[in-house]
Amino acid sequence: MTHISRRKIILGGVAATAGVAGLGVAARIAERYGLIPPDHGGIYGPGETLNYAFQRLVARRSSAREFPRSWISERPFPNEIAPPSEAFKRLQVGGFADWRLSIDGMVDRPTAFSLNQLRSYPRRSQITEVACEEGWSYIAEWIGVPLFEVLNTVRVRPQARYVVYFSIEPDWWDSLDMAEAMHPQTFLTYAMNGNNLPVGHGGPLRMRVPRQLGYKSVKFITHLTVTDTLKRFGKGFGSGAPEAGYAWYAGI
Amino acid sequence: MSRLGSCVRPPDASNTGSLSVEIAAGRAFRHSALVRVTHWIITLCFLALLLTGIEILISHPRFYWGETGNNLTKPLFQIAIPSSRKLVPTGYGYVLPDQNGWSRALHFQAAWVAVLTGLLYAIFGLLSGHFWNDLVPDKTHLSWAAFSNAIVSHLYFKRPSEAETWSYNVLQRLAYLMVIFVLFPLVIWTGLAMSPTFTAAFPWTVILLGGRQSARTIHLFVSIALVLFLLVHIVMIFLAGFWSRSRAMLTGRAGTPMERT
Repeated sequence: MTHISRRKIILGGVAATAGVAGLGVAARIAERYGLIPPDHGGIYGPGETLNYAFQRLVARRSSAREFPRSWISERPFPNEIAPPSEAFKRLQVGGFADWRLSIDGMVDRPTAFSLNQLRSYPRRSQITEVACEEGWSYIAEWIGVPLFEVLNTVRVRPQARYVVYFSIEPDWWDSLDMAEAMHPQTFLTYAMNGNNLPVGHGGPLRMRVPRQLGYKSVKFITHLTVTDTLKRFGKGFGSGAPEAGYAWYAGI
Repeated sequence: MSRLGSCVRPPDASNTGSLSVEIAAGRAFRHSALVRVTHWIITLCFLALLLTGIEILISHPRFYWGETGNNLTKPLFQIAIPSSRKLVPTGYGYVLPDQNGWSRALHFQAAWVAVLTGLLYAIFGLLSGHFWNDLVPDKTHLSWAAFSNAIVSHLYFKRPSEAETWSYNVLQRLAYLMVIFVLFPLVIWTGLAMSPTFTAAFPWTVILLGGRQSARTIHLFVSIALVLFLLVHIVMIFLAGFWSRSRAMLTGRAGTPMERT
């Protein structure tokens, strides 16, 4: 056996102290640069934090891959959704003429947009892939208005850190950090492959977040709130997904 | 004697008298401390990754080639198991419970630990000479006679020689090199190629593989290859002497020659 020398003990002590101090400093820096996800607690918190911090560091400004028109899937799969609520059905009967997207929170001009008002923005499109966490995927052309254009209209205040978005269907909501919300590919989508967005794919209005897995692209959006903290929403994890064990950050 | 360095050389390859004494007394080291610690951390991670990988697979047991694939398109093949999602056409009349939430979280956390541990091992392996001395076949291995000899003794399930307590045989070396330098890098690469943000930053990682669904299918096959390696590895441990080999990977010591017989 080796005998443990005094030098080794001292070196070990210095290394341990430096390690703890280093972790503390790293946590401070990570918090300051927005590298800590809202669901950083619990036994899987370290993994979630590493996923989020690593991808924010290497891909903050990268764009999701876009594909040629010939790659658009002939049969896009509309995932299972719960039967529509009464509120949804009433609006559907009226051809969604009364559908509103209300934006409030840390903005100078809280506004409720009709679908026609959203359509009056320059029409943008992207041919991107929907990738579900289960493993399947399809490519479609998504048409709508980039979220940042709408956010610029309502004037987001500088202290804002997250955009929380809600479906008309109960308990279906999620949130994005400002980097993702202001990303040019993050769309409020009202059409797909040249037609109105089908209900099965989230019509009349769906959040489209192509740099993250499908479940961040919440369907039937009626409400956005801009905020500096997610603590007041649900259990404070940033979306309903972490409450079911799924990661808030779905870039992986 | 270096304990952080590579395997102890077999007695006949060494001219130091003290080493033979250490071996005879059962104090010689078969595996260095770093190899043992990283071996068990990666073993635990691999088991967690395997279990959670199977759970994630159950939510969509269909596999495709190319960029896209879903329930409405023709799969390359489908694994004949029930699914944890209602809309997957499995032919089974029931749906399994959804385990993807914690499975994905544990999958990625175990992957982080495995990758960081693997990096530490790789740096150590390069600097200490572990790769070069213990894993790369040396001159004595690289003749057809030696190679066919090793294959024949494996085919007859012969117990390994005393020298193999201190050095890996040629098939072992090739298998370990394959796992460390081909299968592990490939399983990490194909895993990352399924991340929408990672492929936004590094699109060639998925383009080179032929698309997102190809990456997923290759990820499955590499995982199966790793499981086959694990099964053969365990069988070999039993053939070589379960207690002696397990103890060597836990404590580093292979025991006295007496204990090994």
